[in-house]
Amino acid sequence: MIEPNRKGEVWLFAEQEDGHLSDTSLELCGKARELADTLGVKVGAVLVGWNVRELSYLLIAHGVDNVYYVHDTRLEYYRTQPYARAACQLIARDKPQIVLYGATPIGRDLAPRIASEIRAGLTADCTDLQIGDYTDPKTKKEYCHLLHQIRPAFGGNIIATIVNHDRWPQMATVREGVMRMGEGDPSRSGQILEEKIEFNDFDMAIKLIERHREARKVNLKAARIIVAGGGAVGSKANFKLIHDLAGVLGAAVGASRAAIDSGFIGKEHQVGQTGTTVRPALYIACGISGAIQHRAGMEESAKIVAINWDKDAPIFGVAHYGIVGDINKIIPMMIKSIRERG
Amino acid sequence: MGFDTIVCVKQVPDTGNITGDAMKPDGTVNRAALPAIFNPEDLHALEAALDLRDRFGGTVTAVTMGPGGACEVLRECLYRGADRVILISDRRAAASDTLATSYILSQAVRKIGRYDLVFCGRQAIDGDTAQVGPQMAEKLGIPQITYYEKLVDLSGQTIRVRRNVGNGWEILEGRLPILVTVVDTANKPRPPAAKRVMRFKRARSVGEVGGQVGKDMPQASDAQKQAQAARLFEAVRAAGMVIEQWDLDDIKADLTWCGMAGSPTKVHRVQSIVLTKEGFTSVPPTAEGVAKMVHELIVDHTLG
Repeated sequence: MIEPNRKGEVWLFAEQEDGHLSDTSLELCGKARELADTLGVKVGAVLVGWNVRELSYLLIAHGVDNVYYVHDTRLEYYRTQPYARAACQLIARDKPQIVLYGATPIGRDLAPRIASEIRAGLTADCTDLQIGDYTDPKTKKEYCHLLHQIRPAFGGNIIATIVNHDRWPQMATVREGVMRMGEGDPSRSGQILEEKIEFNDFDMAIKLIERHREARKVNLKAARIIVAGGGAVGSKANFKLIHDLAGVLGAAVGASRAAIDSGFIGKEHQVGQTGTTVRPALYIACGISGAIQHRAGMEESAKIVAINWDKDAPIFGVAHYGIVGDINKIIPMMIKSIRERG
Repeated sequence: MGFDTIVCVKQVPDTGNITGDAMKPDGTVNRAALPAIFNPEDLHALEAALDLRDRFGGTVTAVTMGPGGACEVLRECLYRGADRVILISDRRAAASDTLATSYILSQAVRKIGRYDLVFCGRQAIDGDTAQVGPQMAEKLGIPQITYYEKLVDLSGQTIRVRRNVGNGWEILEGRLPILVTVVDTANKPRPPAAKRVMRFKRARSVGEVGGQVGKDMPQASDAQKQAQAARLFEAVRAAGMVIEQWDLDDIKADLTWCGMAGSPTKVHRVQSIVLTKEGFTSVPPTAEGVAKMVHELIVDHTLG
């Protein structure tokens, strides 16, 4: 157990792959800065890898004061145990009061392993973090300046605020794309501290045999989010809008029959009775009037957003969110607010 | 030869179909108000274990932690082919967070003793944390491989697994024992086998037998009830229909690591957000309107 250390820094795990920091790491920098300023402490980043020292400057520009840089040839690619060993040793030595991770596949693999080893609390997939107080309902004891870890639970039906007051550090993974990414200030200064970590054979027990990274392909059936365009998009050139919105969301691109018949996009993108039937978590229908054949292929989507200039378009009958307006104006607004986290 | 596997499964509230009183005022889950189902990704973990046994031989033991009603998912495991099922049930385990849960489950695994692999679903739909698997691996002092999608090779004590890391995949190699968390693209879980359903639908835990006796003999003395329960449970045992039931003492759990005491995370506050599928929100065609909608979609888990 690690005792509360009120002077401890606010840390983040700086996730990098192939020499690139994840967007989430930079988003965490901004949030960590904000929390640290509230607490009057410094921001630390744990950067693990091989030959990635220059990423420290990007972290510093985004608000980090101290970069703890662990480098070793064996750390070139992420593996759970050596990365966890490095983080645990540094946490035990410096006793940060908060440690944040991106809720990425790597962050969600690493953070619980660390939490278990140091017996710290860990809240998954937070959408907001604030500094606040807490009164224990049983002992009535008050705790000041704790990390309020705010997250949806129960399939998004409730929002819970979690605290850890008796076992520090307070740790959380933070959902990707939720915190605002700052611009970064290249004139900021900070320290880079090179760390030497001893590894044992057990740390290296898992070997990476093969590794493959790919851009996500269009697969309507498997897509969590689909952005679809209809005849009202107007032209093949203008269909770029649909691709742009899909791009920022990591979504697949769909289309109505009208858009396909007009030659805006290939038939493999067709959603509807004669195309693919889809049930994504989110379906964004842009300039689609919503003929029954189209609705039959998408009305089971968990959430439907419809954008159409015609307030009487049948698509609004199956939508959860309806925007009456010009897609040429609305889509850029959506892209902007998604980039800024809304 | 063959491999002995342990599968951790969980009975979860069906978060796709939530009704009013899902949460108690203290912020914990009101299980009674919710329909309970087999956590979806745990079915994929079970399938991965059964498939391994079908190909290489060995045994599959399913473990769950929960109230007596969680026996339902253990019977589901028996219907699909599990060899042995164990319920960890103890009031003192209530309000355990992921750290306390992983400790309790790891103690259960230690009591089972010999194993080559532990399979867990990647995450459960009530919390979506994906933390219990990795935390159990750490507690057991064994390596973890998360997001298992495919068995590439298994020879002797060396396993190769392909894992799905979202933007690609990788193949990892390790030596047994190892803990694996399974994603829903790994396989297609088999349905219950009709013959096994007929056979195991009468499988019972000692707690279930006792509860039934209490209902059947409301007027009887405690001693009579106990005697009847013992008789009935002996019959269950003779028929090979036992759902083993362990409490925290059986697994030699340190109570300071369990339940509320062993849980560093405390629920401070809970807010319900009502998101009815039928609801329609008219969004003004302005930057503010769009930003508000995007924010709601992020908060309710739809985006991200």
